[in-house]
Amino acid sequence: MGNIMTYHYAVSPDDFTRAGEASSNFKNVLKQLCVPPNIIRKVAIAMYEGEINMVIHANGGDITVEISSTGITMILKDVGPGIPDIDKAMQAGYSTAPDNIRTLGFGAGMGLPNMKKYTDEMTIETELGVGTTVTMVVYF
Amino acid sequence: MTIQELMDSNLFTLVNAGDDTDAQITTPFCCDLLSIAMGRAPEKCAWITVMANVNTLAVASLADCGCIILAEGTAFDEATNGKAAAQGITVFTTDMPVFEAALAIWQKLQ
Repeated sequence: MGNIMTYHYAVSPDDFTRAGEASSNFKNVLKQLCVPPNIIRKVAIAMYEGEINMVIHANGGDITVEISSTGITMILKDVGPGIPDIDKAMQAGYSTAPDNIRTLGFGAGMGLPNMKKYTDEMTIETELGVGTTVTMVVYF
Repeated sequence: MTIQELMDSNLFTLVNAGDDTDAQITTPFCCDLLSIAMGRAPEKCAWITVMANVNTLAVASLADCGCIILAEGTAFDEATNGKAAAQGITVFTTDMPVFEAALAIWQKLQ
């Protein structure tokens, strides 16, 4: 299926006042395109969790979102430290977030589990010291 | 009960009236951890929390919460209130504890 539209967002490192801007902007795009609300909600939640992860763990990064006739693909790419143990990271409640992040209300260890829960496909490519790319798809 | 009806009840102090005040409130929802709220908050819930920072707004917006009720006397700073207005999110404050605020909404929903 050919891509109909592609959007790019830069995620700023360590800026929790702006965290979520990319997800909010893309949510508005989907609203304008009259995408069904249940699809919008899934995409918004998954993308926000990924965006927050990039701010907390990876000095920001880039998000590319593709809308095709079959669904929405989110590609979140960072050049952060990588994930040492993906199985552990996927466990609900497992977190490596520092204390200052927890006082903001994050760091509950629900980010990746939420991303998996709200998407139809999720793959994680990670290399220690090189970075992580998370690809998520929500089908229409 | 709609968000407008909750506003009219004067149960809580209104900080900002959002865009979607005709929406029916589905349930009260209590949580202070944003990632859990993100994954679990029901659509159009009345979200009661003491976590009063700008990320609370982002979660409410992205998870389609009906309104935010900041309990225990917590409040957003001016900049965050401005963002709530810009994003059209209904925000209340109250000195009530979280449980009492949730119970008050629950009773109105029965």
